[in-house]
Amino acid sequence: MAAADHDHEDHDHGHGHGSELSPIEARVRALESLLVEKGYVEPAALDALIERYEHQVGPHNGARVVARAWVDPAYRALLLADATPAIAELGIGGRGGEHMVVVENTPDTHNLVVCTLCSCYPWPVLGLPPVWYKAPPYRARAVIDPRGVLAEFGVTLPDTTRITVWDSTAETRFMVLPMRPDGTETLDEAGLAALVTRDSMIGTGLPVSPEAAR
Amino acid sequence: MNGAQDLGGAHGFGPVEAEPDEPVFHAEWERRVFGLAMAMGFTGTWTLDGSRAVREALPPVEYLSSSYYEIWLKALEIQVAENGLCHPEEMRSGVSQAAPSPVKRVLAGDQVAPLFDGGFPSDRPPAGPARFGVGDRIVARNIHPAGHTRLPRYVRGRPGMIERVHGAFVFPDAAADGKAAPPQWLYTAAFTAEDLWGESADPGGRVTIAAFESYLEPRA
Repeated sequence: MAAADHDHEDHDHGHGHGSELSPIEARVRALESLLVEKGYVEPAALDALIERYEHQVGPHNGARVVARAWVDPAYRALLLADATPAIAELGIGGRGGEHMVVVENTPDTHNLVVCTLCSCYPWPVLGLPPVWYKAPPYRARAVIDPRGVLAEFGVTLPDTTRITVWDSTAETRFMVLPMRPDGTETLDEAGLAALVTRDSMIGTGLPVSPEAAR
Repeated sequence: MNGAQDLGGAHGFGPVEAEPDEPVFHAEWERRVFGLAMAMGFTGTWTLDGSRAVREALPPVEYLSSSYYEIWLKALEIQVAENGLCHPEEMRSGVSQAAPSPVKRVLAGDQVAPLFDGGFPSDRPPAGPARFGVGDRIVARNIHPAGHTRLPRYVRGRPGMIERVHGAFVFPDAAADGKAAPPQWLYTAAFTAEDLWGESADPGGRVTIAAFESYLEPRA
């Protein structure tokens, strides 16, 4: 490869130019190499873990749970009483969701989920949490100024709606069951699931209206 | 511990900044750190509670100025070294210079789906009857453990009420150090915003925590 063709700008060739790696990239690469060499970590397991949580597990799971609850009152009742087995009925569950609690939004009560102490989050139904959920601003303010936080997400609730904030301090994990939007009577479960946003299941958003979804 | 991680109610951190269509990982190194932390956690050398304890014990300035996966990386390096799995010089060079230490188990690629689909439940048979029931009036104890705890400062000494009884679970304050301890009953304890924040409270607001029995005392 001629030197003139060899553009080093902003990409990692992976062909031995160690100086191109940032310090943290080099540090992680060294650690991974070492842990694999020692036999503590198998590369196939790393690949499977990353694939699972980057591409397989995500909010589409929770959206199916919400849609089912919207159409089936018996399922809704089970979900609110004993969420883990209810969610498992849809083939969803596992690490980070062994002890689920689902809390319902009503005109009187809006629910907001946080982990002030770290980043606890219901992985099986929502995937891995977004950066904002794990960062100090949300963790600090959700419990003391939930309306201010919601306003930053573009959500304004009536003064008559009270807010309950659920701090995920143990292994119980929380998912919000948002209210079903108006004008959705003719939608099937898949159509309903498409209205359910990730943020609506954390409590920092509301489901999309059917008009907006079109 | 009363560390930088105990953020509930803190001021000065600015607006919540949500990135639209945020990717799960922002860099390849974040992906690798995620995978490494999960795989090393599986070896059984430490508990998840232990990992949280190491992360929150980073010096406060470092904790608050590190990104999420930087915190994971730093804590993982500490745990690997402190448990004798690697020597710091090996971690600097990335090259093994000694025989590996034995670990309890190593995660295989084809185990990921079944194990993570099943999860790793924390509930355990209770050691005795629950002290509290739904509707009981409680107060969160004014305790300040130097080690790992899941009782945030903003509720300590505050009056609340039991809303749910969840069963008995591994007690994280002990599990973080690998200490054997009886499982404890876990409750949802609800506090009014007014009792927590006084005049700053969102009217009619409530905050709940998942509280272990030893975090609570009854009140009249």
